[in-house]
Amino acid sequence: MDSTTIAAALKAAVPDAEVEPAESRDGHAVIYAPAVRIAEIARALRDAPELRFGFLAELTAVDFFPREPRYEVVYVLVSIERRLRLRLKVRLPGTDAHLSTVTGVWPAANWLEREVWDLFGIAFDGHPDPRRLLMPEDWDGFPLRKDYPVQIRMPARTHEALQVTEEEFRQNVQRDRLTRR
Amino acid sequence: MGLESDIPVLTTTVEKMVQWARRSSIWPVTFGLACCAIEMMAMSCSRYDIARFGAEVFRGSPRQSDLMIVAGRLSRKMAPALRRIYDQMPEPKWVISMGACASIGGVFDNYALVQGVDQVVPVDVYVPGCPPRPESLIYGIVQLQRKIAEQRLA
Repeated sequence: MDSTTIAAALKAAVPDAEVEPAESRDGHAVIYAPAVRIAEIARALRDAPELRFGFLAELTAVDFFPREPRYEVVYVLVSIERRLRLRLKVRLPGTDAHLSTVTGVWPAANWLEREVWDLFGIAFDGHPDPRRLLMPEDWDGFPLRKDYPVQIRMPARTHEALQVTEEEFRQNVQRDRLTRR
Repeated sequence: MGLESDIPVLTTTVEKMVQWARRSSIWPVTFGLACCAIEMMAMSCSRYDIARFGAEVFRGSPRQSDLMIVAGRLSRKMAPALRRIYDQMPEPKWVISMGACASIGGVFDNYALVQGVDQVVPVDVYVPGCPPRPESLIYGIVQLQRKIAEQRLA
């Protein structure tokens, strides 16, 4: 099945979605999908009987700065049942890039979407746990953006904040005192 | 130190005795960050055998260690953890910065890595190399032994 046939099957499942098949240099099937309906399209790709993309192999993003639309979010899907592979791409604008989450469709998307948020600053609406994944939680900026100052010099932080609240700390000390002979 | 005629007794100073004891049993903390740690393991195994210099006992707890070998690149996120392990080690303690990444950031000239662990902990010996061969690291430990042998008590 090439891009065109997969796109046709997808159109049959979601009739009014504007999906467009595309060429790729390595012969992979590629489909561009509109950002607004990504959750619906993802569900159709997983559930349509002739597609059955049940496995989200990879979710990442590409920054095409200074081109506009600037970002492309890439979902690499595998249909184990139908022995298919598909690269699903979504174009996003440079300002206020956000997209609906697909964690409801593929739970594997949870950490992958957190990684994309962490490094590209693309927000995933409705994500169950929208924290940073790799960088420290109070990090400023999104390092994989093309306009990020990669060789930035900052003083190294040697201490991190206490992981418990003041109240919890007091309770721990109190409990320790009571249990000790 | 001098051997006193027939009596089986050595005379020395407390300082020399302590220096000798400290430099002959430098126990490193089991702490590897990257590929340098593989060379550190090779150094502790039979071919290079750091036991010859009394430093083969890698301790699983920082509270039993004298030496921290920072073996590999240190990420900014890891820096507080490294500092905490260093703080948990009892005095006297020493640090070897092993390899280019630990010493100056190496090839990773970017936001994610600490450009030299001397920003986080005080370093006694820098071992160059990428990664340094086990011989280099042994040389670094011998240099540290020399340094310890010259540390005055008061």
